[in-house]
Amino acid sequence: MASATPAAEPEKLTKKALTADHPTWCPGCGDFAVLASFYKTLEKLQIPQEKIVTIAGIGCSSRFPYFVNSHGLHFIHGRALPLASGVSLSRPDLHVFAFGGDGDGYSIGGNHLDHAARKNINLTYVIMDNFVYGLTKKQTSPTSPLGFKTKTDPTGAIDQPINPMKKLVYGGATFVARTHATQVKHMMAMFERAIKHEGFSVIEVQSECVIFYPGAFDEGNPRKGGEFTIIEEKKWDGTPEDETRHDVSDNSAAFALANEEWPGRFGVYYETDRPTKNKLEQRWIDETKSKIGDASTTDLLKKRFDAMK
Amino acid sequence: MSATATSAPKSDADDPTDSNHSSGDITDAVIRFAGNSQDGIQTIGGFLAKLAGRSAREVMTYMTIPSTISGGASIFQVHLASGEVLSSGDEADFLFAFYQHSYDAHLSSLRDGGICIYDSDHVTPDTNDKRVRHVGVPITSITVEALGGTARDRGKNILVLGLVTALFQLDRTKLVTLIEGQFKRKGDDILRNAMVAFDAGYAYQVGDLLGESFNLKTGESSGADHVTTDGNTALALGLIAGGVRFGAAYPITPWTTVMEHLRSELPKHGGLFVQTEDELAAVTMALGMAYAGHLSMTGSSGPGISLKMEALGYGTMAELPLVVVNVQRGGPSTGLPTSVEQSDLLQALYGSHGDTPRVVLAPINVEDCFHTAVEACRLAKKCSAPVFILSDQALATRIEAFPEPDFESLVVEPELALETRPEDFVPYPLEGETRHAPPGTKMAGGKYPVVTGLEHDAWGHPNGSPEMHQLMMDRRRDKISKLAEDYPACEVFGDDSGDVLLLGWGSTWGPIREATIRARDKGLSYSCLSVRYLNPLPNDLADIFDKFKHVVVIEMNDKGMYGFGQFATLLRARYANPKIVSVTKTDGLTFKIKEILQRVEDILS
Ligand SMILES: Cc1ncc(C[n+]2csc(CCOP(=O)(O)OP(=O)(O)O)c2C)c(N)n1
Ligand code: SF4
Ligand SMILES: [Mg+2]
Repeated sequence: MASATPAAEPEKLTKKALTADHPTWCPGCGDFAVLASFYKTLEKLQIPQEKIVTIAGIGCSSRFPYFVNSHGLHFIHGRALPLASGVSLSRPDLHVFAFGGDGDGYSIGGNHLDHAARKNINLTYVIMDNFVYGLTKKQTSPTSPLGFKTKTDPTGAIDQPINPMKKLVYGGATFVARTHATQVKHMMAMFERAIKHEGFSVIEVQSECVIFYPGAFDEGNPRKGGEFTIIEEKKWDGTPEDETRHDVSDNSAAFALANEEWPGRFGVYYETDRPTKNKLEQRWIDETKSKIGDASTTDLLKKRFDAMK
Repeated sequence: MSATATSAPKSDADDPTDSNHSSGDITDAVIRFAGNSQDGIQTIGGFLAKLAGRSAREVMTYMTIPSTISGGASIFQVHLASGEVLSSGDEADFLFAFYQHSYDAHLSSLRDGGICIYDSDHVTPDTNDKRVRHVGVPITSITVEALGGTARDRGKNILVLGLVTALFQLDRTKLVTLIEGQFKRKGDDILRNAMVAFDAGYAYQVGDLLGESFNLKTGESSGADHVTTDGNTALALGLIAGGVRFGAAYPITPWTTVMEHLRSELPKHGGLFVQTEDELAAVTMALGMAYAGHLSMTGSSGPGISLKMEALGYGTMAELPLVVVNVQRGGPSTGLPTSVEQSDLLQALYGSHGDTPRVVLAPINVEDCFHTAVEACRLAKKCSAPVFILSDQALATRIEAFPEPDFESLVVEPELALETRPEDFVPYPLEGETRHAPPGTKMAGGKYPVVTGLEHDAWGHPNGSPEMHQLMMDRRRDKISKLAEDYPACEVFGDDSGDVLLLGWGSTWGPIREATIRARDKGLSYSCLSVRYLNPLPNDLADIFDKFKHVVVIEMNDKGMYGFGQFATLLRARYANPKIVSVTKTDGLTFKIKEILQRVEDILS
């Protein structure tokens, strides 16, 4: 009997393997914790390293891809989502992640966010919301609260800020969660659920800019005297307590949560199972191909040209 | 129309032209149909063009469409000939006028002695006008009579097709086959109505009213199974032949039909074309597909191309291959959305911030839309950068007949290269071609690449040092300029040397060539050339210019502040040659032959 060579162990994905350039963020920036949670979640899920793609726009938070040792792309301001959608739609074998800030995602890229959500593109999007423009040094962002003084609103912000949770649910995202950069365990749990969700999953992370908006998220941070209240999800166990728990598939309940007073609750606001564009497009391709059978490019073009004779 | 013979009456009893009038051979006819867009006059033109392709005749069409959807005056002009057709014709030999407004607006397009066939139910002709011949046919009432009931006058177009078939003694059997092919899909009733209308028109004997009919001769030289199609269709299919399987875009006239074709065609090839929320998303998504390892494309017309510019700069910086189609229309802003212009050349070359060396190609006719698309795909892969195809509204919508391309030699199968990259992998070597490691490839060295829009070194690491920026700028420029080394030689039409070289690019080729032929017929020393590679320019142009006394650049854009059109400006900057002069216009119409000859004469005198 020939001696069997043991099958090569698939390489284990470690935090070390995922670590790339040392982040250029300011010491204390909330984004460090987001990065650490991302490493740990990937390590836990053991996604093949070459299949991980991290894509970002422009901003402090959007430097993320440089700090992850995976395939990555640092793009232009506000357009990470359509680019990531192009990768996801044309390469279903990959795990596609997009990262960015509140300006990148809700302002210049705001329309792309609605459409990626509506189309339910299979990818995970992490928004590091610091309520300010960090990279360009303190201008008003679409989430800056009324009255917040910035270089572009020296007397305090006057434009109504957007409500990210409402925008995401309304837009049609099929997984919407909210977490806090100081709550690493919770952040990891949200990452894991988002990655496992098939469809467009978004995590809004409150991630403090210690330089331009220190203390922005203290109300949700127990160590700063705040309260980190987690959403209790329905267990569907028929108990009376379950009545008051949150039904993640109910979008009016998600809106109700989104209307709660600052700092609100953290966890999964909304999750639903809707076919992804990836699946629907693939179905069309498969149906078309099954109708025409196996034909080469030349055969197909010939046929098309014959019809024009 | 050139009549070469008269008489020769036929005795075939089936032939409606047999008795009461004479019949003459003609080799060339320009027929203009003027009506409203909802009358389906494009359908008449479409059938005639297809018939031309099947009967070894050459054809070129021209149409105007109103930018409103229902209603609005519209024309369709067909130039049919047994010899080569280079333009859609300066003047019409025949005019079919459906309404008074069509008659009033288009009578002047008829040449002296031309024939106006008008719908006597709608048009009161000017009988004092002896410049042309008038024939009234109650087109509306005979349609209503033939079809009866609910169809009302819908079917007029097919009835007119019947009239035309008899008048020009076209191949009735072939046309019936074409009509069946087109209408069968729409249901038996529709097909039956179409045939009734066609037969009623065919039997009407308009030749008797006119006292003559015409035998438009079939061609001799070219094959009888030509393809007839428009530029946008040819372009879309050329992209597929060249290996494009993925792309994204947003609708805008006249680009839209390219994306409509790709959306329906690509699934057959296992690919996908996405309609995005806007052009920013479109170019971006296409870049994502390119980054993912595919040859991808995006396209638009004027306003949409402007929106893509920032992301195209990224394409240059990150060295991603991408084909970008601009089906140009009249600008700026919404401008003349359904008219032709060539005013986006310098935008294609220089649009975007920073220095973004780009490849820019321009097809010269419908057939060339296919070949240019294949070539754009090749070049995009070779140089790993955005490659522009500048088509225009005239090419997009006009129909021409041409031989089927040789697919065996042209088709390129796409491949996704995901093999493990070696330890010494360098994506942007200072010397040599760009290498990509699309996501999904393993990196033997353990270090994964991040593609960036920041200036970077050979490994792609951000590096904005003055030396690195210069080195990389050189790299991005030189890899593009090197492409000109393996261009095919420029082909001058006429003589290799002489007095005047008419130089064009894009859809002006037909009229420029026809103008050259006419000038040469008059004994003038004219030659012409259309440049298909606009950036980088072909290396043999300088020698060609040396052999002519004057180089007159003819293009459809404004002469600008300094008196030169966009291509002329580029050529003068490149060759610093004062004999390069410029003829431009921006009236939204294709060049007429007479117009070219007159303007060239004016500028040289
Ligand atoms: C088209 C364009 N407009 C503007 C900018 C300048 N810019 C870069 S980042 C940024 C805002 C960043 O804010 P945010 O997305 O919240 O990221 P943060 O730095 O706060 O993480 C701006 C305005 C740019 N790079 N590109
Ligand atoms: S400026 Fe603010 S957001 Fe940017 S790195 Fe520093 S702390 Fe983080
Ligand atoms: Mg921010």
